[in-house]
Amino acid sequence: MSLATWTRDLALGARFAVTGGRPGLLRTLLTATGVGFGVALLLLAVSLPNMLFQREVREAVRAVDGSEQIDSPRADSFLHLGRTTTYRDDVVTGLLVTPEGDAPPVPPGTAELPAAGEMAVSPALSELLDSPEGALLKERIPYKVTGTIGPAGLIGPSELRYVARVDFLTTENFDGRGTRYGWSVPEEPMNAFLVLLVIVACVVLLLPVLVFIATAVRFGGEQRDRRLAALRLVGADIAMTRRIAAGESLAGALFGLLVGLGLFAVARQFAGAFTIWDVNAFPSDVVPLPALAVIVLASVPVASVVVTLFALRGVAIEPLGVVRVSTPRRRRLWWRLLLLAAGAALLVPLMGEVQVTETRIDSTGVVAGTTLALIGLTTLLPWLVEAFVKRLHSGPVAWQLAVRRLQLSSGTAARAVSGIVVAATGAIALQMLFQAMERDFTELTGQDTSRAQIAVGADARNADEARGMIDRIARTEGVAGVIGVIESRVWRPGPLKGSEEWAPTTSLRIGDCASLGQFATLPSCKDGDVFVFLAHGAQGNPDDAQVTGAARPGATVVLRDPHPHPSAPKPPKGTPLPQWRIPATARIVDSRPDPTGMYQYGVLATPSAIDAGLVDEPDAQALVRLDPAVPDAADHVRNTAAGIDPTSWVRDLKDIQRDAAFSSVRTGILVGSTLTMLLVAASLLVSTLEQLKDRKRLLSSLVAFGTRRSTLSWSVLWQTAVPIVLGLVLAVAGGLGLGVVLLKMGGQQVQDWWAFLPVVGIGLALIAAVTLLSMPVLWRLMRADGLRTE
Amino acid sequence: MNTAPQDPRVPLLRAIGLDKAYGSTPALAGADFSLRAGEVVAVMGPSGSGKSTLLHCLAGIVRPDAGTITYDGRELTALSDTARSALRRTDFGFVFQFGQLVPELTCVENVALPLRLNGEKRKSAEARAVEWLARLEVDDTAAKRPGEISGGQGQRVAVARALVTSPRVIFADEPTGALDSLNGERVMRLLTDASRDTGAAVVLVTHEARVAAYSDREIVVRDGSVRDAEWAV
Amino acid sequence: MSIGHALLGLLESGPRHGYDLKRAFDERFGHDRPLHYGQVYSTMSRLLKNGLVVVDGIEAGGGPERKRYAITDAGITDVAAWLATPEKPEPYLQSTLYTKVVLALLTGRGAAELLDTQRSEHLRLMRELTRRKKDGDLADQLICDHALFHLEADLRWLELTAARLDRLAEELHR
Repeated sequence: MSLATWTRDLALGARFAVTGGRPGLLRTLLTATGVGFGVALLLLAVSLPNMLFQREVREAVRAVDGSEQIDSPRADSFLHLGRTTTYRDDVVTGLLVTPEGDAPPVPPGTAELPAAGEMAVSPALSELLDSPEGALLKERIPYKVTGTIGPAGLIGPSELRYVARVDFLTTENFDGRGTRYGWSVPEEPMNAFLVLLVIVACVVLLLPVLVFIATAVRFGGEQRDRRLAALRLVGADIAMTRRIAAGESLAGALFGLLVGLGLFAVARQFAGAFTIWDVNAFPSDVVPLPALAVIVLASVPVASVVVTLFALRGVAIEPLGVVRVSTPRRRRLWWRLLLLAAGAALLVPLMGEVQVTETRIDSTGVVAGTTLALIGLTTLLPWLVEAFVKRLHSGPVAWQLAVRRLQLSSGTAARAVSGIVVAATGAIALQMLFQAMERDFTELTGQDTSRAQIAVGADARNADEARGMIDRIARTEGVAGVIGVIESRVWRPGPLKGSEEWAPTTSLRIGDCASLGQFATLPSCKDGDVFVFLAHGAQGNPDDAQVTGAARPGATVVLRDPHPHPSAPKPPKGTPLPQWRIPATARIVDSRPDPTGMYQYGVLATPSAIDAGLVDEPDAQALVRLDPAVPDAADHVRNTAAGIDPTSWVRDLKDIQRDAAFSSVRTGILVGSTLTMLLVAASLLVSTLEQLKDRKRLLSSLVAFGTRRSTLSWSVLWQTAVPIVLGLVLAVAGGLGLGVVLLKMGGQQVQDWWAFLPVVGIGLALIAAVTLLSMPVLWRLMRADGLRTE
Repeated sequence: MNTAPQDPRVPLLRAIGLDKAYGSTPALAGADFSLRAGEVVAVMGPSGSGKSTLLHCLAGIVRPDAGTITYDGRELTALSDTARSALRRTDFGFVFQFGQLVPELTCVENVALPLRLNGEKRKSAEARAVEWLARLEVDDTAAKRPGEISGGQGQRVAVARALVTSPRVIFADEPTGALDSLNGERVMRLLTDASRDTGAAVVLVTHEARVAAYSDREIVVRDGSVRDAEWAV
Repeated sequence: MSIGHALLGLLESGPRHGYDLKRAFDERFGHDRPLHYGQVYSTMSRLLKNGLVVVDGIEAGGGPERKRYAITDAGITDVAAWLATPEKPEPYLQSTLYTKVVLALLTGRGAAELLDTQRSEHLRLMRELTRRKKDGDLADQLICDHALFHLEADLRWLELTAARLDRLAEELHR
């Protein structure tokens, strides 16, 4: 067989695809649309690594270069402080800069360094600040907008960011001193682990897309077979008809590629408009990895030819019509189980092997195992459907019609549904995985949001100022209660002993009984009481001995470091260090997790037990309980904190940011699998409609002898439902299995056995949708016109 | 069901002044028709003359644009679609030229289908279906699917299906159209014999005189109107 | 149909008496028109004269029906030649009907009704033949079918003529 005959026949087939009249064109359009969506999805997927890499690059480019150590001010040096604040659910990042000379560098993306008290903002932030929604945020970022940050200084087009010049940064409250922007850009365009992750995602979410493409190139197959039969009549041989058929599919697939490229080009324009998992990218960053893109673009046409030739195996196209091989080969079970077993064999030994913190995992094993298991499940479906429907007994007429049809040609339905199996299995497994991780995260922080929702901290010059700060926060709109302490340290007086490099020290917290009770279990408390509370080494805290070495009941402690670092400013000579005697009545108590989930340790003192005016560099610390009834309560608190001190820190407990990230990934998986299942449903719908059209005559004659519409409608429903339900059963079993194995790998427990419910719900909705959408066509075909022979 | 009308002069099925157009193409224009219980009437005429449309109207599959159809004292044109469907299930049987057997069902299941649509249990429905297959000399096809039997056998299975509910009228639209002469003869003989035995009337649409010769009388449809000499109004 | 050849052919299986011949002929070919004895004798005497048959013997009692005939070699050759020669296809012009239709049109009478009446008559006969066919043996069926196919062909001609009556009338009145 020469290349010339292949080319000739493929070209002939391609011509049929475009000139085959309305039905031929429709078929080509369907295929092109189907393949197009698949290709666009695949291209987006292979662009993901680059997108994430570009994000890293952009972050590195705008960061202050910290690789050089600058100890003293220079003409081009500046002090900087990064600020991150949450506004409602969005993250706003800022860079505060205080130049030390007259030649500070210009931050990336801005035309010039703003004047003091002014800032440059990203377009998205500018828009937010100008809108009524941004009013609260405006209070928090009190700088005057004088410039814009261009793409060079942004990670994504909708990033909320500002760069402000301030005059209050000192070496006490800064992040660092720099002279230029731009860390070295990561060398590797993409780390191997990330590529593997993408491949797993491909396997899980994109295998169904491949299945869909395979289904799409078969759209309208029966009608095409009839055309091929006509070609046989005028003398084409079997091999030729197959090549022509392949040519038709090829044309559809090539159109599909064009459609896919078009869709991709459109979709990347929207990459900046949506923020998923904090990722928001410039269209120019959404570029497929060349190698993977080539694979995608090349594999689609090749796959279309292969799938067509494969599909025609069991079909004999004779000059007078199409004969399906009457006794199809029996589906064998062993190799399907073998695939599944091989997948399990690769995954199971990894159970308990992977540590959460570890970045080096046996990625190859995971990917290969997951892929094999999923493919195994997919190939198991046709066998299962066949074996299952063979055992079905006929019930009512509608059921009988559906079951008999499935018994005769379960392959078509099973093929279409296999996409659902992969998508659903993957989605269920990933859901379980992410659920566990999400739970894991909240458990790790141990934050108790019933006690407080926001933690605020600020440096104060003295105790009065600290107390004032706490009061201001307590008076803020939307605050229901505040746990406020003034925090400082105590040291053991006297010379260093033995090998000590510094004086033993521990923390000191001053607050009312209610606030102190948040840090330790107090048997009783009244003003004047003092406690030494011990964490017993929990959470990696130091031994209790280190605490008691510095402070114990009856001991005298100093409130300044008796042996300060030589570079620290020295107090005037001869000034005695302020001292404080811990009352002998002070009790030793056990630490308990504070609202942020941490075991603290040290000394707790009620206000009248100590002269707070003596303490060194006090911090004001407030753990805030919000009034859920007040809108934007959290933002009011953040504003107050920013008002107290622009360098104050605010932390949301039960880190909403991370939480949202996890749930958005889960939503993403659900959306992704829904989309793939929708694609599958679309192909199922197309094949159902085709089948109905092919039986126009039969339907009309069934109507003639009085068959009810409902009977035929139910039969369409059953015909759709049986394979999908079987597929879902398989997917739930497989998904739970895969999920458990993947979880056990990381030594995790299954959090929720019902993670599959949303996926199953989507599947059932699809059954309903396919059936409902078939109804108008079914009812139209049930009219008597079908009986007309002319 | 199979009771003869009281007065044999009153027709079982009667149509007066039927009009029916598909779009702007008139298919029937003032067609009259009458059918007595148990008689076999051939409907003849050139292609496109409206034969099949007449049959569809008479059987209540298509509602005529004008005119009345009376079946057994009931005004067919006034019945709802549901009621007409029910009537077709119980009182009428149908044989078409081809493509009427459900390809996935075995022959016996195909024949049992109308009974099952009437709510009969599967077992008894299939038992009766087997009887009818035997009567039409195709009992050996019972377990086969329509794709596995010849066209002549398929038409006889279709006849068995039309007769299985013991209908009072059988509508046959070119029942031998896709068959050779020999098989056509056989189907016609079995159809007319069986309908005579059960007392069913037959409306037989055909353009072949030799097929029409199995009838008791014929009417001719020409340009959508009917010459029915016997019942001329 | 050539009665002479038919009788010769019947003799090929063995000598027969004249009345035997008539009975055999009637049984096989003469459903509609039984032979007269006269036809048999005149035919046989012609065959005798041509040397295609000989008289094999005469039974007592005399009378031509008592003569026993046998086929000669020449006779056998003649039968073979007859069977081998195709019949001249005779276009069965519906000459009478055609004449009627033309006359009806010319005289302004209803030609369509004429054709319809003829159709009913044809169908009546076809129904009759179909009924006979159903009750008869295979020979009956074959003969009836032959007639049925011919009648069907006539009916098609009637149908076609009916469809072309307008054009025919147009041509006649030109």
